[in-house]
Amino acid sequence: MSGSFIARNPSVLWFLLALSVFTVAVTLMSEVTGVGLISTSFVKTLGKTLCLCLIAIAMDVVWGYCGILSLGHFAFFGLGGYAIGMWLMYARTEIIVVQSLANAPLPPTDKEVTDAIATQIFGVVGSAEFPLIWAFSHSLALQLLMVVLVPGLLALVFGWLAFRSRVTGVYLSILTQAMTLALSLYLFQNDSGLRGNNGLSGLQNLPGLDAVPQSVISIAFFWASALALGLGYVLFAWIVSGKMGSVIRAIRDNESRVRFLGYHVESYKLFVFTVTAIVAAIAGALYYPQAGIINPAEIAPIASIYLAVWVAIGGRGRLYGAVIGAAFVSLLSSWFTGGSAPAVNLGFYTINWTDWWLVLLGLSFVAVTLFFPKGIGGLFDLIVLRPVPDRQGDYGPDKGAWRREEGEP
Amino acid sequence: MMFRLFCCALAIALSLGAARAQDSDAPLQSLLQANADAVANPSRSTVDGLVAALLASDLPGVPVFLERWRDRGVYLRSSDGLFYYATKAEGGYALVDVDTGQDAGQADSADITELRPNAGVRRVIGSALVAFQLLDDDPARRLAALDAIDRSPSEDQLEPLRLSIDEEPDPALKDRKIRLERLLSARFAETPAQRIAAIESLEGDLGVDARAVLNLILTTSPAVFAELPTDRNIAAVLEPGTEALSEDEAYARLVEAGFAPPLTGVATIKDALIAAMDGDAVAGIPVAGLSTDAAREAAYEALAATGAVPPLVTLDDQAAALAAHRFVLLYAEPDPAITAAAADTLEAIQFKVGLNQAADLALDGLSLASIYFLAAIGLAITFGVMGVINMAHGEFIMMGAYTGYVVQLFIPDYTLSLLLALPLAFAVTFAAGVAMERLVIRWLYHRPLETLLATFGISIALQQLAKNIFGTQARPLTSPDWLSGTLTFNEVVSISMIRVAIFVLALMFLGLLIYILKRTRLGLEVRAVTQNPGMAASMGINPDRINMLTFGLGSGIAGIAGVAIGLYAKVTSEMGADYIVQSFMTVVVGGVGNVWGTLAGATLIGFLQKGIEFLNPSNTLAAQTYMILFIILFIQFRPKGIIALKGRAAGD
Repeated sequence: MSGSFIARNPSVLWFLLALSVFTVAVTLMSEVTGVGLISTSFVKTLGKTLCLCLIAIAMDVVWGYCGILSLGHFAFFGLGGYAIGMWLMYARTEIIVVQSLANAPLPPTDKEVTDAIATQIFGVVGSAEFPLIWAFSHSLALQLLMVVLVPGLLALVFGWLAFRSRVTGVYLSILTQAMTLALSLYLFQNDSGLRGNNGLSGLQNLPGLDAVPQSVISIAFFWASALALGLGYVLFAWIVSGKMGSVIRAIRDNESRVRFLGYHVESYKLFVFTVTAIVAAIAGALYYPQAGIINPAEIAPIASIYLAVWVAIGGRGRLYGAVIGAAFVSLLSSWFTGGSAPAVNLGFYTINWTDWWLVLLGLSFVAVTLFFPKGIGGLFDLIVLRPVPDRQGDYGPDKGAWRREEGEP
Repeated sequence: MMFRLFCCALAIALSLGAARAQDSDAPLQSLLQANADAVANPSRSTVDGLVAALLASDLPGVPVFLERWRDRGVYLRSSDGLFYYATKAEGGYALVDVDTGQDAGQADSADITELRPNAGVRRVIGSALVAFQLLDDDPARRLAALDAIDRSPSEDQLEPLRLSIDEEPDPALKDRKIRLERLLSARFAETPAQRIAAIESLEGDLGVDARAVLNLILTTSPAVFAELPTDRNIAAVLEPGTEALSEDEAYARLVEAGFAPPLTGVATIKDALIAAMDGDAVAGIPVAGLSTDAAREAAYEALAATGAVPPLVTLDDQAAALAAHRFVLLYAEPDPAITAAAADTLEAIQFKVGLNQAADLALDGLSLASIYFLAAIGLAITFGVMGVINMAHGEFIMMGAYTGYVVQLFIPDYTLSLLLALPLAFAVTFAAGVAMERLVIRWLYHRPLETLLATFGISIALQQLAKNIFGTQARPLTSPDWLSGTLTFNEVVSISMIRVAIFVLALMFLGLLIYILKRTRLGLEVRAVTQNPGMAASMGINPDRINMLTFGLGSGIAGIAGVAIGLYAKVTSEMGADYIVQSFMTVVVGGVGNVWGTLAGATLIGFLQKGIEFLNPSNTLAAQTYMILFIILFIQFRPKGIIALKGRAAGD
């Protein structure tokens, strides 16, 4: 435990360097500078990918470092998106409504304005009143607070309930999946107050910035996403290094032993679970204004499982692995499903990748789990000699989340 | 030429004469001719006598005549003054003789007049017809008449119905007639005593029509009075501001009844101000300042002071007006004794209906529980017994359902194809399960979280594969006829045969699994490997083989569950995903590693879901949400499930 934080974690420096070079390069090639090598829509895709990388790091910390396979982090991501989306939708509708009411013979009362906004927003679900959960939607500051508070509190309460009753391993995964399913089913209802399966839309139009072209906005969001990713990386690198990091990894490797050593395991797990949930929510709050629309389907359990897939393919137990996995798989996925991948003609059958991409992904996922548990990140071990801790037995991060009792024959 | 003309004329004269002679002598026609005016221009005063005369004649053609008459199928030919049945035909109308039913030639449309009895007359005819139909020799026609009464009961049907009861030979029809008579008597009998007796006799009747009749008797309408009247049959006195009657509604009624001026609402004020706008000011107050309700109200009062608009009616006025009036619900039925009897009877019926609904709900819950049990039992074996989490379990269910679909493509006989599909689905998914265990899962036995992910990879691959092969649209899995009916216990309690079959199938599998696990060599070895694989191996058991067979068995049962589920739900590539979380919940709630636990879990979840759906029927999504929340909380208190393994078998 000697040397500075950076010296002990050289990957942080490398990662920040790579991220800033990438950000500057994309900015220079975008339409803002007039070069236009990268279209605005692709800048948005890249910005969204950076947000996905951020939630992937969070997932890596909670799963790869702490051994909790949470299938609920995309729910927190979605909640963050909903929180910011509520303000975006309210503020934008307010501008439109105030404009249209300015022509009315009498100056509008506050209530008339609010009613008109509510009619605009909730007309699709047959309602004309603001539900209670929209109480703060008029204020950006309060709603930004909600981005952090709502998912944070949900994670805190859920985690406290789950960890307190010592639900671990596979059970915990199923429980988090159930939570996600319950949340998405709830949001699918029209009377949930968040427009049911219509979701929130038009989020790409920032209120009051109609004059600013989308190319500038997309680059701004791209920078914000890159900044968030960089900060998140440093935060998590700091969390998983040092004494606390050792305890967290020890919990993954043998929870009972850590408990017997006198550590309060539940607090550590709860801390990791809640912090990663908050980061996931921030990533969501940056993601959905770029995506433009959020609906409950985004929260469905399958999304959280894909998150685990990204992290596993990228390589668990190292932060840059999660970033690589998320970027690689999500970009490849949009390339294949977008129809730009060339079809393969086998003579008797033509493989259309839009149909077969999921089959390929599923099978390659099995292959990664079976044959390359280190994932893509493991390739870096070939370049840099990674110090492998001297442990008794085969258990450790490189074999995945083995626990002692699971390792018994 | 002359001769031909003469022949023609003779022939016409002869035929006309013959027809005329035949018709006017025929008994029905002559009866009609005797009352020609009443038939041609019937009225409420003449029709009773005519119908009575027709009925008294006892002629066989009378019912048909009445029916045709009512349906405007009787025509009067002006050339001979006789009545015919006529239908539109090419070049005029085809005539039919009223007595014989024989063809009676053609008529020009100018020559005949349609008889148009008015609504009152037709009702009299109709009730006379009911009497005929209720006494018809053909039971099918009697049944049709009863159905007609059921559809549109009216006062004049009561008498013929009563008269026909004693004549009824068929016991089933007689029961129906007696019941209908009571339903009609409850509403239309002459004396209140008779009606009360009829109403009270309906007690315990579960039919929807009985409740409909009672509700009709208990129909209420709202009314407002300054003082409560004593001569009206009051159902309830409503207090404004309660749930039954909000203050706004109550005031709206007052306004409607003319007892109070309409409330000057926000919209009214706004409209009045806009109408009275004079440049940039209203009543001397600048418009720009009118952006609050208080300012607008003040402006309106200023306007009212000038007399341009009616004075402001405020909430205080509303409260005063509400306090000065009584709001009641009035029964349409004036006799309080009758409404009291009907209310009592209805309450008794509702209670009985409630009991039966509970029974029906229990049946529904049982059937849902057996579906969950079938879906989860395979998982209970692989997850519970082997500790392996199989996310592709849902896709095995889907594979079983698609196997059933493919078998039906080749074998059109549904019974045979079903009998073949069940073992075939088992075989297909057994093979798939064994292959998966050999290729993937056995390498991951010590890493349960990785198993979850690897099997998830298989799950998305299989799902997409099914989509590529069978397309995205739902495929039907048709059940044989003997499974498509409904098992009906009474008007409230019923269950479809397919659900009964699924229940039976679930019971069979429960028995089979208990037998395999407790009574066979394989079961013994499975339990040994579950408890301590190392020790089992040193006793000569091959754990690899046992694991493979166990996994195959669990997957095979998923295939059979797929056929069963496919029979009542559509077969899609996503059907497995719909059941996977519920199945895991079932296993976890029930208690891992135990067939009885799965049964308990399925029962709990099935009944719970149906119960929540019953409380909130409009919203099945909410029901699922609450159920999952309940399960999350449940696991807090019993983390090991309902039936937790104890001692060494628990594994930790």
